[in-house]
This record gives sequence, C-alpha cells and structure tokens, in this order.
Amino acid sequence: MYHKSKGYKIFSFFNYIFLILIALTCLLPLLHLLAQSFSSKAAVNGDLVSFWPVDFNTESYAKTFNNSNFTGSMLISVIRTVLGTLISMFVITTAGYALSKDFRGRNALMWIFVFTMLFSGGLIPSYILVSSLGLKNTIWALVLPGAFGAYNMILLMNFFKTIPKALEEAAFIDGASFFGIFWRIYLPLSLPGLATVGLFIMVGHWNSWFDGILYMSDTTQYPLASFLQTIVVQGSAQNMALSPSEAAVMSEQSIKAAQIFISTLPIILVYPFLQRFFVKGIVLGAVKE
Amino acid sequence: MKTDDVKRNRKNPWNKEVKKNWPLYVLCIPALVFVLIFAYGPMVGLVIAFQDYKPWLGMMHSTWIGLDNFARIFQQEEATQAIINTLIIAVIKIIVGVIVPIAMAILLSELRNVGVKKSIQTLVYLPHFLSWVTVAGIMIDILGLDGGINHFLANVFGTKPIFFLGDPGLFRPTVIISDLWKNFGFGMIVYLATITGIDPSYYEAAEIDGATRRQQTWHVTLPTMLPMIIVISTLSLGSILDAGFDQIFNLYNPLVYSTGDIIDTYVYRASLLNGQYGFGTAVGLFKSGISFILIIISYRIAYKVANYKIF
Repeated sequence: MYHKSKGYKIFSFFNYIFLILIALTCLLPLLHLLAQSFSSKAAVNGDLVSFWPVDFNTESYAKTFNNSNFTGSMLISVIRTVLGTLISMFVITTAGYALSKDFRGRNALMWIFVFTMLFSGGLIPSYILVSSLGLKNTIWALVLPGAFGAYNMILLMNFFKTIPKALEEAAFIDGASFFGIFWRIYLPLSLPGLATVGLFIMVGHWNSWFDGILYMSDTTQYPLASFLQTIVVQGSAQNMALSPSEAAVMSEQSIKAAQIFISTLPIILVYPFLQRFFVKGIVLGAVKE
Repeated sequence: MKTDDVKRNRKNPWNKEVKKNWPLYVLCIPALVFVLIFAYGPMVGLVIAFQDYKPWLGMMHSTWIGLDNFARIFQQEEATQAIINTLIIAVIKIIVGVIVPIAMAILLSELRNVGVKKSIQTLVYLPHFLSWVTVAGIMIDILGLDGGINHFLANVFGTKPIFFLGDPGLFRPTVIISDLWKNFGFGMIVYLATITGIDPSYYEAAEIDGATRRQQTWHVTLPTMLPMIIVISTLSLGSILDAGFDQIFNLYNPLVYSTGDIIDTYVYRASLLNGQYGFGTAVGLFKSGISFILIIISYRIAYKVANYKIF
C-alpha cells in the first residue's frame, strides 16, 4: 500500500505545503489591495502595508463614493451588465434550444453560428460598423455587438440535449404546447447550465473595458472598468478628483486600491455561486463523446 | 394517400418541415439577426484592407490599392517585430499553459483532505475572473521600483530594484508568468475532472501488481488523460496568434515595444491612434486568415486523433 510508504508520506507533506503556498499567491494580492485601501498615506507611501491595514481609516472609500465620475461609471456598468446579460441570455437560449433539436437546415444554421468563432472582421471593421449604425456614445455599443456568443450557445445546447426526450413527449401528450414545453420543462431543468452561462456573461460585461474606451468619446460615459483603466494604467490622476489639500493627506495609491477593490467586489460576491456551477458547465462543454 | 404525401414531400420537402418545426426556425431568428449584423457585418468591412481608406470618403469612394497594405506589413519593421513577438509570447504561453495545469491537477488529485483540496481549488480559480485591468493595477503596484516584490528581494537578497515592466528583457517572462498565475487554475478544471473520472479499479489492479504511486501516475493517470491533453493542446494551436490583447495593452509601455508589442496592440496603435485604417485592417485580416487556417487544421487533428467534435 503506497499510502503507508515513507516516500509517499514525505511527498504528500511537501505536496500540501506547495499547493497551499500556490493557493495563497492567488489570494494575497487581493489582501494587499484591501489593506492598502484602508491604510494612511504615510503608511502606503512608506511601503509599510503588506496584508493588514496600517493606521486604519476609511477615507479612501468616502472619497471614492463622493467622486461622481466613479459612481456614474458604476451606474453605467450596472445598467450595461443587467441589460447585456438579459439580451444575451435571450438570444443564446432561444437559438441553443432550437439547435438542440433535429430539423432540416439545422446543420447549415449551426455552421453560420460556429463560423463566427473561427473568423472575424477584426477591430477596425467592427468599429466602423458600430459607428455607422450610430451606436457610438450609447449604451447599445457596449451591449449589442457581443450579445451573441457561439461558445456559450453551444454550452447551453449541450445542456438541453441532456434532458430526456421522454419528458417532452409526456408533456406533449398532456397537452403542453411547443413553447410551454420550452418554458416549463426545458428552462427549469437547465437551471445549472443557464446559471453558469449567465454568470459568465455577467462577469464578462462587468470586466469589459476596451469597448468602453473604443466607443465612448466622452469619459463620463465610461463603464467602471474603462474608468478604472484610465486611472490604474494610464495613471490619469485627475479622474480621482483629488483637490490639492486632499492630495496632501490622502494617498493616490490607497484611493486606487479602494477603487480597484470596489470594482472587484461584485465578482468576489458572485464567485461562490459561480464556482458551484462552472466546473460542471466547463466539463460538459469540453468533454464530449 | 400515403404515397401522395411522400410524393408531395419529395417535390418540396421544406413545406412539411416548416409546418411541423416552425417554432424552431422562429427561435433561431434573434440569434441569426445578431450574427448577421455584428459578426458578418464587419466581414464586409474587410474590403478596406484593399483600400487607401479615408473615413470621410467611406468604403464606396476610397481608392483601391490592391495588396499594397499587405506588402507594407513586411516592409514595416514595427509590424514584423509585432508578429514575431506575438508568436514567441503565444507559443510559450500555450506550452506552459498546457503543462502546468496538468501537473497541478495531478498534484491536487493526490490530496486526501477534501476540505483543504476544495479550498485550494476555490482560490486558484479566482484570478481567472478578475479583469486584466484589476490584475494590471495590482501588478503595476507590486512590481514597481518601490513595490512589494522589489522590497522583498532587497530585504532577502539585497538586490537592486528591478524594473519588471520597463525592461525589454524581463517583459515577456513577466507577461507569461502573470498569465499563468491568472489562468492555470481554470485550465486545470478539465484535467481534474478527467482524473476524478478514472475508474479506481485500475489503480487497485496496478497496486496489486506492486506499482508505486509514481508508477501509477505514469502508467494509469497520464495515459487516461492523454486524449484530453491532445485535444486541448491541438485546439490551442488555433490561438497561436493571440498573445492576449487585454493583458499586454494594460501592462506595456513604449520602453518594451521591442519585445512586448503584439499584432493586436500594434493594430490598435497603427489604425485607431494613427489613422491608418486600411493598413490596420490588413494586419488584422492577415492575422484572422492565418488563425482561421490553423483552427481548421487543429480541429481536424483533434477529430482524427481524439474523435473530438465542436458540436
């Protein structure tokens, strides 16, 4: 029995240590961010903050929530995420359900959809299209172009396929209509699949930053991720709305940290729910016989 | 009566099909509309790759210049450099992105304590869901000259501060390691599921034959994972020209263009920032075309070797 062998016990011990350390590297950067956001300017600038706040205070958060650029962007992100997820889910659920059935022309339709995974017009043609449709500087530029995702649709299609056909036949004999079967049987039974895909789409919208920068010429129209990009990466401090007197006592870095942390919070909050489903969803999508 | 039906169906099989399955066709319409506008629409716009495109003239009135834009890709040193950088970064990302998740999945499957195993899993999946803007924000802070990593190195090894994001020689390793950090947990999921699905009697049989744990991993675990490994590695061939726009764009700066600029970031700068729309589109089309061929080839290989189908 290998479990009892000395060599395996030593391996096992180091394996535990190694994997726990790896897991910690995934958590510590976030803790560092959180600690910075609650620390004072002197502590942050002096690089004294590691994973625990020094001179605990909540001024960065007060400042962040008083910054109308930040809260405005946050509102745009919330609207875009809700609207975008609803539209996307509608489009991919309807098509995914239809394509889980056998009908004439199905394969041709399937190829039309799958081809979009293999080839695309690219950045400039998409930009020209969105501009010429008059979507620039509207929320629709963030919501419509990516609404249909072939990969997500295939995931849902596979979920629908796993539901036994006998169920549908029984409901049909009981007098259920086509859409009744779709609505009352298939959708409720595919809830894990719908949740996986829905949460992926939500996270995608919440994290999406490039389309905001591309399609919004006015920075007050930026969704949160795009707004954050200008602060974190382009380092445009004026977006933080610090007055000179405030800059004297507050650290830019702790406000940055607070802003990054707030924008990440929704992800961290939905993550436990997400995680319950996505392992199954991913495996189902990837492993097929 | 029956033969009549058959005859009519033979004449126009669509009639009966549409009558019977009309809801299925209706359900496909929304997706079809979106795909035709937002996926196939831009493909029409690809014509500007063959034009000296001027926004104020539009696609209809800009002058046609044939393949000049494509020829320029290989004359422009920056463009060829971006292609080379893309290949190097993407290939290394693919290689480590296949090997590390496999190794981690095998190590993780050895843990007997379910609670510890689950907690580790939860934590290593997490970075995948953070946006590159967030991760870049953290990295710019901790990798800076007076950031946490340099602080640590100075205290422990007494080294001089290292400029990770501004040194052309260090930029690629930084990009590859941070990508690995963000995504290895997610890449691990499928392998872990495969290992969990292995029939325990294989291991029991191997043990009766006197196999050590290492031999069991080598002769049972890895061979069982092989089809999945082949599928994932061949499919990743299709992304050989995708070095990760979100990541590079948020981490790079002019100091590291020589080693860090990739096709997608180059297209962004050349076209949207410098107004060379036709040229940028040509570079993009060059990339999409090659990717397309590679994806088709890799799907074929995956189908032949491991019987994998997309749908």
